[in-house]
Amino acid sequence: MRAVCWYGSGDIRVETVKDPGILNPNDAIVKVTLTAICGSDLHLYNGFIPGMERGDILGHEFMGEVVEVGEKVQKLKRGDRVVVPFTICCGRCLYCHNNLWSLCDNTNPSAPLLDTMYGGSGAALYGYSHLYGGYAGGQAEYVRVPFADVAPIKIESDLTDEQVLFLSDIFPTGYMAAENCNIKPGDTVAVWGCGPVGQFAIRSAYLLGAERVIAIDSVPERLRMAKLVSKADVVDYSSRDVLEELKDMTGGRGPDACIDAVGMEAHGHGLEYAYDRTKQALMLETDRPQVLRRAIMACRKGGTVSIPGVYGGFIDKVPMGAAFAKGLTFRMGQTHVPSYLGPLLQRIENREIDPSFVISHRTNLEGAPHAYQMFNERNGTGCTKVVMRPN
Amino acid sequence: MQIVWNQSGAPNVHPAERWLSLLGGGALAIYGISKGRHGVGRTIAGLVIMKRGVTGHCEAYQALGIRTAPSNATIPYELGVRARAAITVSESREKIYQFWRELQNLPRFMQHLQSVEPREGGKYSTWVAQGPAGKEVRWEAEMINDIPNELIAWKSLPGSDVDSAGSVSFKDAPGGRGTEIRVELQYNPPGGVVGAYIAKLFGREPEQEIRGDLTRLKQYLEAGEIATTEGQPAGELPKQGRTAGQIVREAIA
Repeated sequence: MRAVCWYGSGDIRVETVKDPGILNPNDAIVKVTLTAICGSDLHLYNGFIPGMERGDILGHEFMGEVVEVGEKVQKLKRGDRVVVPFTICCGRCLYCHNNLWSLCDNTNPSAPLLDTMYGGSGAALYGYSHLYGGYAGGQAEYVRVPFADVAPIKIESDLTDEQVLFLSDIFPTGYMAAENCNIKPGDTVAVWGCGPVGQFAIRSAYLLGAERVIAIDSVPERLRMAKLVSKADVVDYSSRDVLEELKDMTGGRGPDACIDAVGMEAHGHGLEYAYDRTKQALMLETDRPQVLRRAIMACRKGGTVSIPGVYGGFIDKVPMGAAFAKGLTFRMGQTHVPSYLGPLLQRIENREIDPSFVISHRTNLEGAPHAYQMFNERNGTGCTKVVMRPN
Repeated sequence: MQIVWNQSGAPNVHPAERWLSLLGGGALAIYGISKGRHGVGRTIAGLVIMKRGVTGHCEAYQALGIRTAPSNATIPYELGVRARAAITVSESREKIYQFWRELQNLPRFMQHLQSVEPREGGKYSTWVAQGPAGKEVRWEAEMINDIPNELIAWKSLPGSDVDSAGSVSFKDAPGGRGTEIRVELQYNPPGGVVGAYIAKLFGREPEQEIRGDLTRLKQYLEAGEIATTEGQPAGELPKQGRTAGQIVREAIA
């Protein structure tokens, strides 16, 4: 089969590899009908996630048709149309039982190593480094899906692939980010990053009753989408002082909740950005936390900072004093996708939201190297989301 | 992991060797003294060897794990490597104890273990494992304690390739969180303390191995299968050097 493989920083190739097979009794093989490049794949593309191996198959947003099932698979059968969440969950451990699906104990073969690095290991992820299990990803014609009865959701309605694909990650991720804000009537939510997760965070904040959402970015197309499609008020951080703007827009209070939908590779300008780029280049810090710093400074007293953006290592100069003085609440982590599949599919079926609005580019697997490059450049490409049809 | 050095200076040199050390060391010291200030080094060396004869304890033997003095203990209490690890599994104590007590089950989750053959209801057993550098290591073990649903303890019998003793205990975790499993292992590695340090340098640290094994046990008992990616597709691999995946696998193996 053809598959999108990682060969190093900025080096993505489409290769012919062997087809996946059943390795464990709860596995299924899915023929991929639609897959997407996620913003977090760019952290791999730029070489910021350790534990990648040359030849690793990428991709954790995918859906398709079940073509083979292992002996213990009961719910799924050949021919079923499924969306597969990016977290691999056993469904039997304490964390899965408590709906903390992304913290599953039993799916990551590298768990002891993550345990040493982080003091605990979460669920394995598709196509996201050998630290997260090294599972081959779904930017391929076929993919092996472990514990096939647990996380994947069957799609039985006539919704298109493009309408349901993003249940695999970015829609639930944006939704959980908004849910973590504990939104109350009248609340203002500030969202940093108007990429796909940011767009879904904006939409979800409104679905959950926010009075007003303020979106922050510098890429014109993304700000335009946030304003015109997602109905947010927008601030361009390249021409405005974000903290001053937010104070002004909220009558001096600050936003009730702040969402960091950017993570470890924040862009910025001026001395602070140069400081973080330099420290990161010298390996004195692994992640650039510019957005996190802003979110903490902007948030009103007693508010919530919600972090769907990915962090992987160490950060520097985080204003902990401000967070403490204002009594902030921090919510973060990989998305507990299976908890959101049913309710969000319902919202799509009810026509409350059509997630395909974020798609800007459509291609096939052979177009992946160019798509990664374009998605990574952001400015001037008009690229917000790429979907690929492998078969 | 804890590597235990000799605290007491207990004898590790055979009596005949002690006499040789006394005589040889004494001769060397006298020769050194007769050479005046040019013989200082020889005098000191002679005295060190004499001390080995007097006390019966040799630091070099200690570090290399060599012992020529007779002993009844499987692992001298003052020497060896101690390792321990714990995990919580969402199953009952009874079920986990039963699973472990069927010693043939152990190779299912203990990565380097090839087989365990119990005899006399598990009282005695033969263990075969993959040692460092792919060498087969074999030992006979005796179950020295067996408290149903609480504890199993064992030690290797004289004549084994590896001298070891260990225990696994099972305790209810609070609030219905399942069972806490604790494994403690003490062993006298081939090559002594130096061997243990070398093994650690090359990533075969016993504590990591136990933790990896317990993780696989938990996966097997809770999820019904052990997570793996062995045999999945990937693009062409690099021609030389270890890959990130190999390094990760070795680190946790």
